[in-house]
Amino acid sequence: MRKRLLAVASGGGHWEQLAIISQSFDKFDVLYATTLPGLPEKSGLAPSVLVTDANRDRPLQMLLCAKDIAGVILKFRPNIIISTGAAPGFIALLFGKMLGAKVIWVDSVANSEQLSLSGKLASRFADRVLTQWQHLAGQSKSQYMGGVL
Amino acid sequence: MAAPGWPKQIPIHGWRPLILLTVGTQLPFDRLVSALDDLTGRFGLDVYGQVGISTVKPKNFPSVQNIAAQDFDQKFRSADVIVAHAGIGTVLSAQKYRKPIILFPRKASLGEHRNEHQTATCNQLENRPGIYVAWTESDLERLVADRASLKAASTDDVAAGRGSFVSNLRDYLEQL
Repeated sequence: MRKRLLAVASGGGHWEQLAIISQSFDKFDVLYATTLPGLPEKSGLAPSVLVTDANRDRPLQMLLCAKDIAGVILKFRPNIIISTGAAPGFIALLFGKMLGAKVIWVDSVANSEQLSLSGKLASRFADRVLTQWQHLAGQSKSQYMGGVL
Repeated sequence: MAAPGWPKQIPIHGWRPLILLTVGTQLPFDRLVSALDDLTGRFGLDVYGQVGISTVKPKNFPSVQNIAAQDFDQKFRSADVIVAHAGIGTVLSAQKYRKPIILFPRKASLGEHRNEHQTATCNQLENRPGIYVAWTESDLERLVADRASLKAASTDDVAAGRGSFVSNLRDYLEQL
């Protein structure tokens, strides 16, 4: 029985990074979650679900996003959750951890001076936080395994 | 007005947008739009622009607010050089379509982004194959003038960077 892996990323650069690292998911039963219609199709990734986008500045959106993410996790019951950001991915890791999944935060390659705020917060509970910059390894217990650039 | 049933853009043999400008969808970037508009007026460049919510509208080249998902592939394919803000998604697209990219970072000090991460990105990526950084309008002018000599990253360059990440991550996930 293959393990279930939920892969979450917001539209834009976060999604493009997830699409690249999706090559490492080939032994898993994968479900992709993103915020922009058409993205998974464009990247040739399936199956997928759409969730409401959110950021720190918009609390109502954040609630709707949290509701969507909770629904996806309760239905799919992932063994592993991985996200390249941003807020929806963080919420997914938080809920996933509470439900016993292994959760991995891949900090965006855009963060080359310090870990993102989400990455720093995720380091308090995530099974692993990965930075994509060697010189940031160790910050907030992050590790470096390489990067998409 | 185009006759009913006609495509919105009539492909003309031999014409292609040599430079694709893209500034992302979330924030305006008037400084870059204006700079490239000025260069286009002075040098007669072929440019197609995605200007997002910039308040400046280019006078010297056609532009759209956002490139529709179904047009994205064609716009990137037909471009020879990408001129862009230092967004990671755009850098990855330039690599995917094997186009040289000129990055013009947004500055938080000028209100162009929330923090200076685009400057940090450019510091890290400058001198990588296929990536050129225009720190100033005059750098942009020099690089655009020199556009025929700009080279894209090779597939080997791109694969070398991400290959070990993907295989390390695969190994890690499979032992979880």
